[in-house]
Amino acid sequence: MMIDLAVWLILLPLIWASLAFMAGPGRGARLAIPALGLQLLLVLLLAGTVSESGAIGLAVGGWGAPLGIDLAADGLSVAMLLLTQVIALPLAIYARSYFQVKAPEGRYFWPLCGFLLAGLNGLYLSADLFNLYVTLELVGLAAVALVAADGGSRQLVAALRYLFATLLGSGSYLLAVALIYAAYGTVSMATLAPVITAEAPFVVWLAGGLMLVGLMIKTALFPFHFWLPPAHGGASAPVSALLSALVVKASFYLLLRLWLGPFAGLTASAGLLGWLPATLGALAIFWGSCQAIRAQRIKMLIAYSTVAQLGYLFLIFPLLTSEAALRAGIMQAFAHGLAKAAMFMAAGVLIKATGQDRVDSLAGAAQQLPLTMFAFGLAGVTLTGLPPSAGFLAKWLLIEAAIGQGAWSIAVVVLVGGLLAAGYVFRVLRQGFLLVPAIAADAPSFHPVPRTLEWMALLLAAASALLGLRGVELMELVALGGAA
Amino acid sequence: MTSGLLFACVGAGLFVMGGSGVLLLKHLLRRILAFNLMGSGAFLVLVGMAQRHGIADPVTQAMVLTGIVVAVAATALALALVRHLYRLSGKLELPEAADDD
Amino acid sequence: MKRLVVIPAALFFVLVLILALVDLAPPAFDLRPLVAENLASSGVAHPVTAVLLNYRAYDTLLEIGVLLLALMAILAVSGSPRTTSNTSLSASDPLLAMLGRIAAPVMVVVAVYLLWAGTSRPGGAFQAGAVLAALAVLLHLTGLLAGWQQPGVRLRWGLAGGFLLFLSVGALLLLVEGELLRYPPAHAGVLILLIESGLTLSLGLILAGLFLFLSHDQGGPR
Repeated sequence: MMIDLAVWLILLPLIWASLAFMAGPGRGARLAIPALGLQLLLVLLLAGTVSESGAIGLAVGGWGAPLGIDLAADGLSVAMLLLTQVIALPLAIYARSYFQVKAPEGRYFWPLCGFLLAGLNGLYLSADLFNLYVTLELVGLAAVALVAADGGSRQLVAALRYLFATLLGSGSYLLAVALIYAAYGTVSMATLAPVITAEAPFVVWLAGGLMLVGLMIKTALFPFHFWLPPAHGGASAPVSALLSALVVKASFYLLLRLWLGPFAGLTASAGLLGWLPATLGALAIFWGSCQAIRAQRIKMLIAYSTVAQLGYLFLIFPLLTSEAALRAGIMQAFAHGLAKAAMFMAAGVLIKATGQDRVDSLAGAAQQLPLTMFAFGLAGVTLTGLPPSAGFLAKWLLIEAAIGQGAWSIAVVVLVGGLLAAGYVFRVLRQGFLLVPAIAADAPSFHPVPRTLEWMALLLAAASALLGLRGVELMELVALGGAA
Repeated sequence: MTSGLLFACVGAGLFVMGGSGVLLLKHLLRRILAFNLMGSGAFLVLVGMAQRHGIADPVTQAMVLTGIVVAVAATALALALVRHLYRLSGKLELPEAADDD
Repeated sequence: MKRLVVIPAALFFVLVLILALVDLAPPAFDLRPLVAENLASSGVAHPVTAVLLNYRAYDTLLEIGVLLLALMAILAVSGSPRTTSNTSLSASDPLLAMLGRIAAPVMVVVAVYLLWAGTSRPGGAFQAGAVLAALAVLLHLTGLLAGWQQPGVRLRWGLAGGFLLFLSVGALLLLVEGELLRYPPAHAGVLILLIESGLTLSLGLILAGLFLFLSHDQGGPR
């Protein structure tokens, strides 16, 4: 009975998105915000159910796999669902005041955002490879549309690059699904998990490789990150927050789910395979951080930081034989999601207030917008991995898991990555705390900004910084795994 | 080699051609066509392999129908983006350098 | 330079893939008997329609969502409403216009037939919707129908109505039957026909919109 809750997590956003579209351009916020509140409530109830009675499954239409489509909610999916709704609600409140009533770029924000969230929730709940393809496309197309919405040619170019990358990724995934169906005659994860073993036909290995590459492209893992910075850096602030905090996590989750679920037989027999994503992840940390340190525009800085932070997620793959690595990965997903949403939201406030987006033009921001600079700083604390933030906990768990398995190189990468992150975070803070004489002729002028914007950024930043204290509950939830 | 298997092998070829096209072609319309070729290749592998022993499989046919609709949606979005880009900048190619910083 | 890497890699991959495909043993599971066994309780007589609208109806629901999403995306991308909104129809060839007028009623009949036939033969909402959309495009090209601008209330309801109907039936079944899209076998046929009829109209509008909204954005039909 309780799985109904999960189904409503998919239906509700689709319903409010359609109604928002019917209501007309720019409308829908008043419907979306209560609905998102309801979704958050549902996911909390779902988390309660799963932590009491373990993973749950549901056969849509009552047919059941392999004929029908199965949904499943275990600790991992519930954790991702929780992350999605926790970020979506404050983000929606932020977006409502960010897009003024007749702002052209916000005309279709609500319907597109609803479809995006439905796609994400559907992806986290699905246990069917082909259904996952459809949800992947739903997420990808909605994200591209949000990037392009009413933008100039720079934004369109970014959106097109993003579109081709995401289509290439989902195309590879689709061919892999076709190969799996050819080999086994089913696309249900639960049915596939026991039959895919190390002796699987070569086609299955090819399918696994295609999925790995396709999803790495969609997650913008180095060297496939080329599309991410212009797309995330060029969109409007609420969209950037949505994309950086949530959308890239979806393809990472799917990769993790496949790695541990249906393809566990293959990945266990090829032990060195995990070092491929981990090596690329380490390169992403260095490359992304260096680019972030050099970036001139503040949103590009944050976008490159996303490239770097995504790298940490992939460091866990060689260590997945222990539960601790999985926990570290999910904690990092939470830390980065919350902090990055807060950071983009704070950047949105700064850009609105100063009218420009260069890092150099931030002088005086700490005096004029103390709340926003504080939010940025707190989010930065999480990204750098200082205690007691969620980022600290994630890195701690990761280093512990790495040392436990003798993978010293990973521990070193994590430590160096933290220092690099401090480099770009403090570049912004230093500029923001520069004092500007109030009477100077060229003192930057600050436009007034709605307080809601500042408070929402601060809320998420505080959540990211304080989650480290309440991480145990989350970790217990993730540990209830293994339904796939 | 049965006809189903032949279709699947041609599909594999089309997929790879389309994929290379998406990576290599400069003109945006040709890239969109290449993406469609790639999708069609994957669909052919899906239906072809399922009927390699002679009898058609309704499940794969339904999946391909779903996939075609998704491909139509993606193509429409891509065309809208390209058209709008052409209107704004007069170009049908993406600039070489990713971004200025 | 990129060419030197991509082309050999592509050739190598396709060769390996084809060799692997040719070698492949028959699959462990076969869904065809399952599809056939449950056909009686699925509400339709055609196996592909049964998969699309009953066994894997959830995929279909999301797929229509993707299509509606693409339409919204086009509206969001193609910029603010133009101020020069008076669309003058280009005076077209009278012969073309006449043929268009003759084709229109026939195509409507074909669409209705396809919708009805979908329960037992190839056909259904998508095919019927596609014919309706083709009709709209045809009328547009012959100069009888103007390109569409930002949609008004009625058009928006038409575009999203079919999807919302499908969603509501799904949600209602979730409340009544306890499971998403579980059709009670006795009413499966009627419910599927209801959904299909709503979808035909909306899909026709959406598919036509994918063309007509784009066609408008350079000021009138071409």
